[in-house]
Amino acid sequence: MLRCFDASMFRDVEMSGRRGFGVSRVIFTLVFLMTFFTGPAMGPEVDTLDEVVVQGRRRVPPLTPSMTLSGEALKRFNSNTVADALRYFSGVQIKDYGGVGGVKTVNVRSMGTNHTGVVYDGIELSNAQNGQIDLGQYSLDNIEALSVYNGDRSDLLMPARQFGSAATVYMTSRRPDLDDRNYRVRASVKGGSFGTFNPAISADIRLSQRFTLSASAEWLYATGKYKFRYRRLNQDNTVAYDTTATRHNGDINALRAEVDLNGSIGKNASWHTKVYHYNSERGIPGAVVNNVWFRGERLWDNNTFAQSNVKWQQGRYSAMVNAKYAFYQTHYINKDERVLPVDNLYRQQEVYVSASGQMYLTSWWKVAAAYDFQWNSMTADLYDFCNPWRASNYGAVSTAVNAAGFSARASALINYVYDRQRARDLATDRWAFTPAIYLSYTPQRFKNLTARAFFKQSYRMPTFNDLFYTDIGNASLSPERVSQYNIGLNYESRRHGHLLSGLAFSADAYYNYVKDKIVAYPKGQQFRWTMLNLGKVDIRGLDVSASATLSPTRDMDLTLRATYTYQRAIDITNQSDPYYRDMIPYIPRHSGSAIANISWRDWGLNYSFIYVGERYSQQENIPVNYIGPWYTSDLSLSYDFSLWRIKWRAMLQVNNILDQAYDVIAGYPMPGINFKGGLTLEF
Amino acid sequence: MKTPYIILLLLTTLLLGACREDVYVVPADFTQVCPPSSADDPVTTMYLINEGNMGSNKASIDMLDYHTGVYWRNLYATRNPSVVKELGDVANDAKIYGSRLYVTINCSHKVEVMDAHTLRRIGQIDIPNCRYLAFHDGHAYVSSYVSTIIGDADAPLGEVCEVDTATLTITRRVSVGYQPEEMAILDGRLYVANSGGYRPPKYDNTVSVIDLETMTRERDIEVDINLFRLRADSHGTLWVTSRGDHKSRPGSLYRLEQLSPQAPMQVTDRYDIPVSDMAFRGDSLIYIASQWNDISATSSAAYGIISTSTGRIIANDLGNPAVTAAIVHPYCIAVHPYTGDIYLTDARNYVSSGTLYCLDPYGNLRWRTLTGDIPAAIAFLYH
Repeated sequence: MLRCFDASMFRDVEMSGRRGFGVSRVIFTLVFLMTFFTGPAMGPEVDTLDEVVVQGRRRVPPLTPSMTLSGEALKRFNSNTVADALRYFSGVQIKDYGGVGGVKTVNVRSMGTNHTGVVYDGIELSNAQNGQIDLGQYSLDNIEALSVYNGDRSDLLMPARQFGSAATVYMTSRRPDLDDRNYRVRASVKGGSFGTFNPAISADIRLSQRFTLSASAEWLYATGKYKFRYRRLNQDNTVAYDTTATRHNGDINALRAEVDLNGSIGKNASWHTKVYHYNSERGIPGAVVNNVWFRGERLWDNNTFAQSNVKWQQGRYSAMVNAKYAFYQTHYINKDERVLPVDNLYRQQEVYVSASGQMYLTSWWKVAAAYDFQWNSMTADLYDFCNPWRASNYGAVSTAVNAAGFSARASALINYVYDRQRARDLATDRWAFTPAIYLSYTPQRFKNLTARAFFKQSYRMPTFNDLFYTDIGNASLSPERVSQYNIGLNYESRRHGHLLSGLAFSADAYYNYVKDKIVAYPKGQQFRWTMLNLGKVDIRGLDVSASATLSPTRDMDLTLRATYTYQRAIDITNQSDPYYRDMIPYIPRHSGSAIANISWRDWGLNYSFIYVGERYSQQENIPVNYIGPWYTSDLSLSYDFSLWRIKWRAMLQVNNILDQAYDVIAGYPMPGINFKGGLTLEF
Repeated sequence: MKTPYIILLLLTTLLLGACREDVYVVPADFTQVCPPSSADDPVTTMYLINEGNMGSNKASIDMLDYHTGVYWRNLYATRNPSVVKELGDVANDAKIYGSRLYVTINCSHKVEVMDAHTLRRIGQIDIPNCRYLAFHDGHAYVSSYVSTIIGDADAPLGEVCEVDTATLTITRRVSVGYQPEEMAILDGRLYVANSGGYRPPKYDNTVSVIDLETMTRERDIEVDINLFRLRADSHGTLWVTSRGDHKSRPGSLYRLEQLSPQAPMQVTDRYDIPVSDMAFRGDSLIYIASQWNDISATSSAAYGIISTSTGRIIANDLGNPAVTAAIVHPYCIAVHPYTGDIYLTDARNYVSSGTLYCLDPYGNLRWRTLTGDIPAAIAFLYH
């Protein structure tokens, strides 16, 4: 785990012990900054927040590459959704179909969206239908911390299922922040471009000494209209066409409500229960193609889940139990009169239980085991749909040793999946066994430096769509498999009260091999496709990240973070394919991000920059599939003040300042310059 | 104060990032594929239309210039650089009538009309969900999946639009069966194959007969479910394919004839061959047939020749099976009207370049070259 620091954490610490500044320090700052910005890569920030708990925890060795954004750093960000914030993480590619309501999925180290687990407050989200979690649906409003772990998190005490993904995004919702108070209320309203109106309210209430209740609700409305531009030049640099049009049918009307209950049982146990509801109607603007400027696709999502977690610890033993029930409904219609009408209703249910336990055998050696059971079902009013259900059993064992600067960890997961097609009375089963080994070493003389390496096998089970979608599904699919090899270095130092109060750097080189990749394959006539375990992908990459916190004056902090990712992800399925050894679609060779955050007294200024290099929209790396690089610059300014014993924050954002016209996904234009303003109050 | 410095620095960084590269119209590329044709060959040009996968806006036109033997890929955008978002999304059919090339662009809901000699755009006819083309007496007939005439909004019938080729305007319409596909015109009557392919299991199973004088639907001929190709040979016989239901009911080829000049068109023969495309050479019908096998998860391709005069199957290959063995997904077939060469396309995986094979009349490979995505239709231009 790469641990970095969060500016906000240092600010709190350093307020007291900071010295004045001199001219020399200013110069140093500038010189440092320049070196930093001209360097090859810059870094993320990180923090000591562990996924589950917060302060005071013993440092865990950074076993796997990871990044975290949390607290103030996350708040200052020019991001609306979890997906927007994840763009700043190294090795992460976001598929973004544009606009407020556009689907956004995350792909870590080119292995594919379905290899990335998404965990919300300790329990993994699933979508048995297509395996993809739309992170555009998760607002940052109620998120306290956001982490991406390559391989696994450092904890051993976790549900078995979480040992299965190649990489995992952890989203942690805001925890009650009451100190000695009995309640706290936050309210905010944001609005701006795309006809966006986004009010939110949340409250933390102490019910008793042992119970706290948090409730939050958020409404997002947007017309989703924005101007986009396509401009093409002839070879002689004259303009071939230059057209600006408005994106239509990108409206959204979404409501999110969450209730959290936290409590403790005796001295040794704590529990957390969450009920989550998300309800939305949106238009799907579709690809911009010749002669088509509007579409009639509409989508209603109704996602509800309830989950509970109980943790217990006594002496060298600890245990955890999780349970979840989820109901997802998707209603899709197409009322464009130019195409054949579609009206489909999909329903999914999930029941999940997990038990895990951990024991310290000695002070430096611990072991853990976990068992999860998950049941998923799906119904759809598609012709000839088999209405499947799936029972998944997961068992995991793991162990970790930690001595003399060495850390090692090994785990193994076995997953057995049984699928039943109710409408056909047919059943299939499949299983996967995946081990992982992590090693790290921190020299006694350089405690800031850690070398690490890991090997992990992981898989993704075929989804209901892969297996059973009418005509397309192929019930005999095997799991898609990935082997990851990673080697890296991590450096971090913190010097409270110094100008350079924090510095972190990490670099990881990796090799991933994907086999039995599940790909759509044409069956021939009438555009009928099927799914086959056909692809092989060879991925070699380098993730570099760095961050620095400067405290040039008593009332000023400057945090810089940067990431750089190099990837070569090539298709090695078949030598006779015209795309053999070409880069796989939508993976740039070079990508990176930079963030600069200045806080001065009650003011905060955040600048963020993203670069995504050239890539190809289809398998063949030929000019017609080429998509040029894009980069955006976003700025946000915030001001904190107190009035009527209420804490206020006013915020103003300008995104895509340079008004760049770009597509993340070919045919799905992204917005140009856009604005957002907001006011938050807390009492 | 240092704040201004830092802001200055930030702005500098910002400006460094301010020079995004321009996007150019993707230029056509070319390859010499064959020697220049002989001077007495009346065919000057072959156009090949590539569908492009749905949503990718990658419909494209390739051209073989017989005078030079040069094959041009992706020529439309180069010849018409000012057309916003190029040719469009999913090309379906292409035919030359007079000196113009007509291409149906299914998901761009239009028929694109170009000068067949220069490939310069002349105009377009907006027809939603248009599929195939037929021509007769100064008019184009375009089949469309969605009828504007009557409607059950949940299950719209298809229609055939009549377009005046002089003005490029729709003159008349007639609604037909569900999801109509190919058409042929014989003796003032238009025959259209209805598929109902988007409403399984309620496939359509008819060929609608339209009287072009009155533009009315005379009757429907029941043939088989999920009809697709419909071609008229030189004897006035119709050859119609059924795609079956992709499950228990296999695809097949039907022969429809009028037993006497005044008699109605009727089914006279059925061939147990899942024909996916066909072309005529004299009295020969040359077909490609591809079928997916769910158990082996592979597609098998078959090729053959049927005599249009006797109705007999003359061959079960095109002469040299070694040549066709390399083809993954045969998609389109055409015969050069002068040399008798066979042009065969392979759509491969549908989302990468296809391959065009040129075979001599005996089925031996003359040359092959890469095309756009999903090479789907071929049209020949004469002097």
